[in-house]
Amino acid sequence: MKEYFKIAWRNLWRNRRRTFITIASVLFAIFLVLIMRSMQIGTYDYMVESAVRNSTGYIQVHGKGYWEDKSLDNSLIYNEELEEKIRNTPNVSSIVPRLESFALVSYGVQTKGIAVIGTVADLEDKASGLQNRLVKGNYLSENQKGVLIPEGLADYLKVDIGDSIVLLGQGYHGVTAASLSEVTGIVRFLQPDMNNQLLYMDLQQAQEFYAAPGHLTSVSIMLENPGRLYQTTKSLSDIDPDNLEVMTWKEMLVELLQYIEGDNISGLFMLGILYVVVGFGILGTILMMTMERRKEFGIMVAVGMKRYKLSLIILIESVVIGILGVLAGILLSMPFIVYFYHHPIQLTGEWAEAVMEYNMEPILPFAMEPGFILNQGIVVLIITLLASIYPFLVISRLKVVNAIKGK
Amino acid sequence: MGIIITKDLRKIYSETKVPVYALNGVSVTIEEGEFTSIVGPSGSGKTTLLNMIGGLDNPTEGEVHINGVNVTTLPSGKLIDFRLHHIGFVFQSYNLIPVLTARENVEFIMQLQGVPKKERAARAIELLESVGLSDKIDNRPGDMSGGQQQRVSVARALASKPRFILADEPTANLDSKSTAELLDIMLKMNEKHKTTFIFSTHDQRVMERARRIITIEDGVVAKDEF
Ligand SMILES: Nc1ncnc2c1ncn2[C@@H]1O[C@H](COP(=O)(O)OP(=O)(O)O)[C@@H](O)[C@H]1O
Ligand SMILES: [Mg+2]
Repeated sequence: MKEYFKIAWRNLWRNRRRTFITIASVLFAIFLVLIMRSMQIGTYDYMVESAVRNSTGYIQVHGKGYWEDKSLDNSLIYNEELEEKIRNTPNVSSIVPRLESFALVSYGVQTKGIAVIGTVADLEDKASGLQNRLVKGNYLSENQKGVLIPEGLADYLKVDIGDSIVLLGQGYHGVTAASLSEVTGIVRFLQPDMNNQLLYMDLQQAQEFYAAPGHLTSVSIMLENPGRLYQTTKSLSDIDPDNLEVMTWKEMLVELLQYIEGDNISGLFMLGILYVVVGFGILGTILMMTMERRKEFGIMVAVGMKRYKLSLIILIESVVIGILGVLAGILLSMPFIVYFYHHPIQLTGEWAEAVMEYNMEPILPFAMEPGFILNQGIVVLIITLLASIYPFLVISRLKVVNAIKGK
Repeated sequence: MGIIITKDLRKIYSETKVPVYALNGVSVTIEEGEFTSIVGPSGSGKTTLLNMIGGLDNPTEGEVHINGVNVTTLPSGKLIDFRLHHIGFVFQSYNLIPVLTARENVEFIMQLQGVPKKERAARAIELLESVGLSDKIDNRPGDMSGGQQQRVSVARALASKPRFILADEPTANLDSKSTAELLDIMLKMNEKHKTTFIFSTHDQRVMERARRIITIEDGVVAKDEF
């Protein structure tokens, strides 16, 4: 084996330039693939991550029927026992209990329909980092009156810290809900939807406002390991299957998931094309290396070398080209991936706006996944193996007598 | 009992418009220790005969027996092993693996045979010395003259301790000095180690050195002189 490796290795350097060009083509493809895919996967992860953090959590527990008909009448009753059970489910890292509904908000002559989110100040902050978005006034604190509104809404209503706004809505079982609330904090979202039409208040205040003490519309759950989504969902479903529904972000963020899947297919398609090009590049080189050595091969078989051993040499040659190209490609792309993983590209202009439409910050984060990088290496190796099939056929059909004559 | 016996060998190439009778009934017996030349004009069938004897090609009819084994019926995998252990080959040119040095080329065949590394190295050096190439041991074929390359080929053929060595026009590309040197070496090996040589040529000076001359014309043995 060592002997064959020696022959293969020296053969590779017999025509340095050709070998370099082939390795460079693999390198280039791997580089493109890794950069392109880590950007794509990074974006997907980021989309999911931010959607999960800002809205749904990885898993949500609702009252039965709530997702179909988002009415307070389908809310769930939250008590310490239930909280305990959810918190103690393995893989649950944190939870955010929320009561969400609609209301009309007005100040002076301005009125607007918005979503009211009743939440627990520090849990909310832990999950979505809401406190970091504060631009004016104070963040929510538990059991305190006062509401937090986004900048866009404040501008629309022309309110500032200390002003009191009127909220009007429909509470539990159709009760009329009305209150006068002081604006105590202003937050900034880049996402137009969020920046214009929602409002945060303390959970208990919301429960009072909607006349639904002890009720929640959802418990959002963050996970220690998002990879164990389904096992955790299963455990949560067993808590109270008669009264609760448990949904994953994949069921709740269907549009996002579809967008990602669609976009991913186009990415994979590009990947496929790139790999086909690389495959033919490798095949071409291997083929030349085989054809120009027919006479040599003929003599080797004549003096007693088995054909499969010749094939082994060719295989080693192609695998070495593949591995060198892959390693060089990984080495070259790693600094870029690591850099952009830590310093996501800031988007500007139309692209930024388009991204914000999806309720996300306008950044392009890169993914850094060893598994994915390894996979690309394996794919290229498989391609080199496939490219070796043709030379194997040539070798197995080689007529020794003709090959020696140089025919 | 000869080490090589061919029985009524025929090779007909019928892919061409007119079938070519490259061998048309050749029966020869070659004994151990012979130094035999196959001669004849170009196209007479020398290469075809050597290829049949060497098990590189199948006859259309007839049989080749080597050491009592009918090689014409061996399956191709077995045949490769048979060649490895029983036959040494020297071809007209470009015999050697270009990326290996002289020593590695000689060792290569022993490595295929599974000879232990130490023994291989020692024997390769010894053989290269005996063909007068002790100063070229670590040269690659590209850095050697044609005559030197052929001498390495002879050393390689000897390395496997074959029953006989087949050499198809081994001197065809050599000048007269290199030709004489190569023949000297072959003859020396033949005399010292009783190595059987069968080589083809159409060079008068080469056939003069042979102890037996088999003349082929139009695919048949025209003369067989000792
Ligand atoms: N593969 C082949 N197909 C057709 N004819 C061949 C083939 N190989 C050899 N011949 C013919 O067989 C005859 C003998 O060839 P060969 O044994 O090479 O002669 P020599 O070695 O004596 O010059 C020649 O007429 C040659 O043209
Ligand atoms: Mg010939």
